[in-house]
Amino acid sequence: MRNILRYRCFVLAWVMVVLSLPSASAQIRVGLVLERSGKDDKSFNASAYQGLKRAEKELGVTTKTVEAPDNAAYESLQRAFAEKKFDLIIAVGFHQLESVKKNAARFPNQKFLLVDEDAKSPNVRSVMFEEHEGSYLVGALAALHAPSGKVGFIGGMDVPLIRRFETGYAAGVKKINPKAQVLSNYLGVTGEAWNNPPKAKELALDQFNRGAEVIFVAAGNSGVGVFDAAADRKKLAIGVDSNQNWLKPGFILTSMLKRVDESVFDSVKLFKEGKYTTGLIRYGVKTKGVDYSLDEHNARLVTEGDKKQIEQLRTDIVKGKIKVPDYYLIQKK
Amino acid sequence: MKNSEKVRIPQSVRLFFRSLAGAAGGLALGLLICRVAGESPGKVLSVLVNSSFGSGYDFGMTLFYTAYFILAGLAVAIPFKSGLFNIGGEGQLTIGALAAAWAGVVGAGIQSHTLAILFATASAFVAGGLWGAIPGYLKARRGSHEVITTIMMNFIAAGVTSYFTLYSLKDPDSSQAETIPIPEAFQLKPFALFNGAPMGELIIALAVMTVVLHVIMRNSVWGYRLKATGENESAASTFGIPAPASWLSSMFVAGGIAGLTGLVEVLGNSHRFKIGFSADYGFVGIAVALVARGNILGILPSAFLFGVLQKGAGSLDLETDKVTRDLTYIIQGLIILGVASDGLWDWFAGFWRRRNA
Repeated sequence: MRNILRYRCFVLAWVMVVLSLPSASAQIRVGLVLERSGKDDKSFNASAYQGLKRAEKELGVTTKTVEAPDNAAYESLQRAFAEKKFDLIIAVGFHQLESVKKNAARFPNQKFLLVDEDAKSPNVRSVMFEEHEGSYLVGALAALHAPSGKVGFIGGMDVPLIRRFETGYAAGVKKINPKAQVLSNYLGVTGEAWNNPPKAKELALDQFNRGAEVIFVAAGNSGVGVFDAAADRKKLAIGVDSNQNWLKPGFILTSMLKRVDESVFDSVKLFKEGKYTTGLIRYGVKTKGVDYSLDEHNARLVTEGDKKQIEQLRTDIVKGKIKVPDYYLIQKK
Repeated sequence: MKNSEKVRIPQSVRLFFRSLAGAAGGLALGLLICRVAGESPGKVLSVLVNSSFGSGYDFGMTLFYTAYFILAGLAVAIPFKSGLFNIGGEGQLTIGALAAAWAGVVGAGIQSHTLAILFATASAFVAGGLWGAIPGYLKARRGSHEVITTIMMNFIAAGVTSYFTLYSLKDPDSSQAETIPIPEAFQLKPFALFNGAPMGELIIALAVMTVVLHVIMRNSVWGYRLKATGENESAASTFGIPAPASWLSSMFVAGGIAGLTGLVEVLGNSHRFKIGFSADYGFVGIAVALVARGNILGILPSAFLFGVLQKGAGSLDLETDKVTRDLTYIIQGLIILGVASDGLWDWFAGFWRRRNA
C-alpha cells in the first residue's frame, strides 16, 4: 500500500514538472507592484509603468502590473508574484522597503528590483536616485536666470526626501551666486500636500511678490499651481520627476528629471541578457539617472552659455570636485 | 411587520438574515457588472474566495484587515446608539496609533511583555478616547454638530501626528516619515499558522471585546442611558438621563476603541508609526456599521466581509485582466445599498399579503 502511494506521488511529481516546463521555457515574466497612487499618478509610478511597457515592447518580456489597495497589500502582492514564479518582481516606492526585505528573505532564489530605497538583501537590486545632485544642477540654472539673486523653493509634504531636493537646490544656487537668497515653503505635513494646486499657487504668488524670479517645485500634482502662478506673473518655474516643460511652454525653465523609467527598463534589459546584478545602484548625474530636461519647449530659455556652465558642474560632481550636500547625511549628524 | 409575530423568530435574527440576503444581493449585482466588463463572474468570485481563504497566509491577512474594520465599525456603531454620527474614526485611529508608538518609545525600558502591552493599550485607548471626547464635549456643551466637528478633527489629527512623527519621534536612521521602532517587548507575535501574516491572539481578543461590548450595551445602565438618549433625547432627560453625559461618554469610548487600531498597526504590524498607514479605514468603518445596522454584534460579520473585499482588491488586479481593485469598491457600494434598501422587504411583504388576500 505504501509503495503504491509512493509511486503515485512520484508520478504526480513528474506530471507537475512536465506541466510547469512550458512556462519555464517561455518568455521572461516580470511583475510590477505599484504604490497606492497607481499608474496614473503622472509622476513616479507612471514613470515606472512606462519603463516596463517599453521593456515589454522592445525586449519581448511578459508583464503584469498591480496597484496596491493599501500599504499592507505590498507584501501580499509581491508574495503572490513570487508564488506564481515570476522571474523578476519590481517594487516601486520607498513604502515597499519592509515588504521587499521580508519577501526577499522568504524567497531567497527570487530576484527583486526595489526602486527608491536600499533593501540591503542579497537577491534584491536596489535603485536609488541622487535627487540632491539633480537639484543642484537646476539650482545653478535657476541662479543664472535670477539676476536679483532671489529664487524660491516649494516642497510638497515636509519629509526628508523633499528636504534632500531643497538642500541640493540651495547649494546649486549658492554656487553660481553666493549672495543669493532662497525662499522656501512647504505645502503641509499631510499626504494632501501632494495634491493641492491652489495652495501651491498661493505660495508661489507670495514668493514672486517677495521678489523670487525662479521657483523650483517638488510637490507632485500640486506643482501645476506653481506653473500657473509663473505664467500669470511672467516668471519662471522648474518642474520635477518627469519632463513637465510642456505644461506651460515658455514659463518652465526646465524639469529636474528622475529617470525611474530608465532604471526599470535597464534592469529588465540586464535581466534578459543574464547580466542582472543585485545590490545598491545609484542613479546620479553621472549616468543621467537624474538630469535636467531640454526640449523644444524650453529651447529659447536655456542658452548655450547656460548649458556649458551646467555641464561643467556635472563634470565636477562626477569627478568629485564638488560635493553636493546630502540631507540624508546631514540629518544623521 | 405586525403579522409576522406568529412566526416567533426573534427580531434580531430576522434582521440578521435580512442583512445577509441584502449583502448577497449586492454581491450578486456586483458580479453581474463583471460580465459587462468582460470578466466571468464565476472567476471573480473564485478569485475573491481564494484570495481570502486560499492559504493560512491569505486567511491571516483577511483577519488582519478585519481587525481594522471591527475597531473602525465599533467607533461608529457605539455613538450611533446615543444618536451621534461619528465621522471622526480616521482621526481617532491615527491618534491612537501614534500613542501606541509613543508608548513604545518612552517605555523602551519596560522588560515585561504584559506590562508593555498594557501600557501601549492604555495609551492608545486614552489618546483616541480624548480625541473622540473633544467633539463629544463640544456637542454636549456647545451643541456643535458632531458631523462637522469630527470631520475637522480628522484634519487636525493628520497634522498633529505628522508633526510628532517628523519632529519628535522621528527615526533618524530612516529616510521615510516614520517613528523610532518599538522594542521587542511591545511587539505582538503573529500565529505561525498564518505563515507571515501579521495577526495573532489579537483578533480573538477583539472578537471577545465586541461580544462584551454587546452585553454591556444591552444589559448595563450605561448602555440603557445611551439608548434612551439616542431614541428620544428630551424624553430621556425628563426621566433624569442627561443627554450630554451620554454623548460625552459614548464618544470617549468610541474614540478609545478606534485608537486601539494602534495595537493592530503598530504593535502587530509595522512596529512603528508611519504617516499614511491607514487606507481610510476610519471611513470604511461607517460602511461597516451601516451594513451591521448599528448592531454591535453585527460588526463582526460585517467587518469580516469588508476584510474579504479588502484582501481581494489587490488579488483582482493580479489574477484578472479586465477588472481591477476598483471593482471591490463597486461591490462594497452595492452591498451597502443591498443592506440599506431595507424598505424593499416591507414592500415585498405588503405585496405578498395583498396577493394572498
